[in-house]
Amino acid sequence: MLVETTDELQARAEFALGDAFLRKAVRFTVERLRTGKAESTAALGRWQEWRERGRAVRTHVIEHLDYYLEQFSDRLLEGGHHLHFAADAAEAAAIVTRIARERRAKLVVKSKSMVSEELHLNQHLADAGIEALETDLGEWIVQLAHEMPSHLIIPAIHKNRHQVQALFEAEGNVPLSPETQTLAAHARRRLRQRFAEADIGITGCNFAIADTGSVVLFTNEGNGRMVTTLPKTHIVVMGMERILPSLADLELMANLLPRSATGQKITTYVNLLSGARREGEADGARELHVVILDNGRSAQLGHPDYQEILNCIRCGACLNVCPVYRQVGGHAYASVYSGPIGAVLTPLLSRDPRARELANASTLCGACTEACPVKIPLHDMLVHLRRDNAQRLPNTSLEKQGFALWSLIFSRPFLYRLALRLARFAERFLLRTGSRSRRRLPMLPAVEAWARHRSLPLPARKSFRERFRELSRAKRP
Amino acid sequence: MAHVSLFVTCLADQLFPEVGLSTLRLLEKLGCTVDFPEAQLCCGQPAFNSGHVPEARRVARGLLGAFADSEYVVTPSGSCASMLRHYYAELFASEPELAEAARALAAKTYELSQFIVGVLGARDVGATFPHRVTYHASCHGSRLLGVKEEPLELLRHVRGLELVPLPRCEDCCGFGGVFSIKLAALSSAMVDEKIEHVLETGANVLVGTDMGCLMNIRGRLERRGQPVRVLHLAELLAGEEEA
Repeated sequence: MLVETTDELQARAEFALGDAFLRKAVRFTVERLRTGKAESTAALGRWQEWRERGRAVRTHVIEHLDYYLEQFSDRLLEGGHHLHFAADAAEAAAIVTRIARERRAKLVVKSKSMVSEELHLNQHLADAGIEALETDLGEWIVQLAHEMPSHLIIPAIHKNRHQVQALFEAEGNVPLSPETQTLAAHARRRLRQRFAEADIGITGCNFAIADTGSVVLFTNEGNGRMVTTLPKTHIVVMGMERILPSLADLELMANLLPRSATGQKITTYVNLLSGARREGEADGARELHVVILDNGRSAQLGHPDYQEILNCIRCGACLNVCPVYRQVGGHAYASVYSGPIGAVLTPLLSRDPRARELANASTLCGACTEACPVKIPLHDMLVHLRRDNAQRLPNTSLEKQGFALWSLIFSRPFLYRLALRLARFAERFLLRTGSRSRRRLPMLPAVEAWARHRSLPLPARKSFRERFRELSRAKRP
Repeated sequence: MAHVSLFVTCLADQLFPEVGLSTLRLLEKLGCTVDFPEAQLCCGQPAFNSGHVPEARRVARGLLGAFADSEYVVTPSGSCASMLRHYYAELFASEPELAEAARALAAKTYELSQFIVGVLGARDVGATFPHRVTYHASCHGSRLLGVKEEPLELLRHVRGLELVPLPRCEDCCGFGGVFSIKLAALSSAMVDEKIEHVLETGANVLVGTDMGCLMNIRGRLERRGQPVRVLHLAELLAGEEEA
């Protein structure tokens, strides 16, 4: 059978497969993360019930997103804060850049935010002459390497400590040792100086609480607190689906998210920001801006196959169990979001048709669906995305013609038996003629792709249906 | 005594008839009468999982007819069983006259070990297999169909068999049907990791419940020259192997 090649994805996957450091580093860390998740969810108990509650709450929010978004917006505006809606990434980046320009900002400090990656915010700020500094350790590492995060939770998962040492030495112009503690202490020293200099702090948002207008941040390094308290201006960039109805629902998510992400019972810091600094308060930003981003999300609302993707809480559990991700890491996906969630979300959010082939980056093993703390049927969505892709193929495509021929043969027993006989003929008279060694013969590309890595199973001399017929005949008196 | 229609799967029919014959022998040994409706060809999964839904439906339609009168449909593949159970209702949702037949077929279809343990209530099928064996849990059988314990339960009752747990036994072997062709090098890296785990166990025999996955693992083992035998659960349970 002929199949459409997935050239770019294949090239990126093969590039990653050739990087032994990357593969070892990724494997090591996802192994730690998924083991941690298994242990911490087992310790919590009744995990399937927790997941079901998570699914129910997220589904409810997404089904009533208009209501909760309005409630959240009202609370923010009542508090005198600034609210911005952005239809797409470019608009959101322009809003943030404008805010920064108006305040004559020179330095922006950021805590980890995947949405800001969606905007390519650092590049936009740089173009406006504003330095954006990542203060999450992993994000800082990938920033120094001029790369993108390769994991939702662990941005520099693909780097080992020797590579980090080299990056830090080049940046700080000091000799360092490759011990993790030394490297972390170095980063802490370097970054600490910059928090106080910064004009603006930018964060993402793990959850936005509709009935209090609060922004919730789950962090581990403490940089999130520095970013939200030291600079005068705090800008939150959030996807429009990050909403939870009330603080009561946060308890549920606080149990699901850290356990699924890193195996922690709770992250080191949980920040609940309900507005900027008020009269008499000792710290906090003077003004708060919240940028709410659509960027393809609202197009999923009401979609029978894809709406549930908005339930995602960005824990990364699907990456950590994905047999594809563990081999190639995140950059092979060439998108902000990698792993199974990236393979589904990127084609849905992106306008770039090249993103569509990501649906093929899966064996449909279902490990992602099983790991998802809010029970998103990721593997079903991948099948549906492939259906959408196949519908777009021209009738002349080899893959389409191959499956048309296949379906003709496999829907007519006569043709099926004939095809089987032909295959056996080909095997006997082309592969085994004369010598004992099999001659190299031109093969169908699909067969060739299989045989490059694995021995080729050959058609049986007699099919099961022929054997069954013989057996039935023999039984007859 | 249960009357069973055997859905042998296209893969076993053409490439691994011994798996079909073992399934037949095993079911008969357990007291079932078995028929083989010849109109059956393929469940349509290769096309469906590649997104070619009309082509999948065209092929799947044949299965609806073939098993219309069957009481139980049993197949030596968790993947094909899950295709019927998990996706047939959706596949025929647009054809109301076939939707009911699709639902009915899904409801009476069982993967072999699921049928033996769940319907026949058997654990000990009287097999002897004096070897060190490890078990790979194929993804569709274990995750989509939920058949996790049944194969292990049957293996534990085989005389002489030493069952060694396979580390990360639930991890995908990298087959994924057309995936193994579209992203062949990646698929090969995945099966290599599976093989590392198999070798760690020191088992002489790897057993599983899906010929797709087993064909992939066996093909890679052969290419690497590793002398581990790969068997379908039906072959192991139907055999009378001595040391």
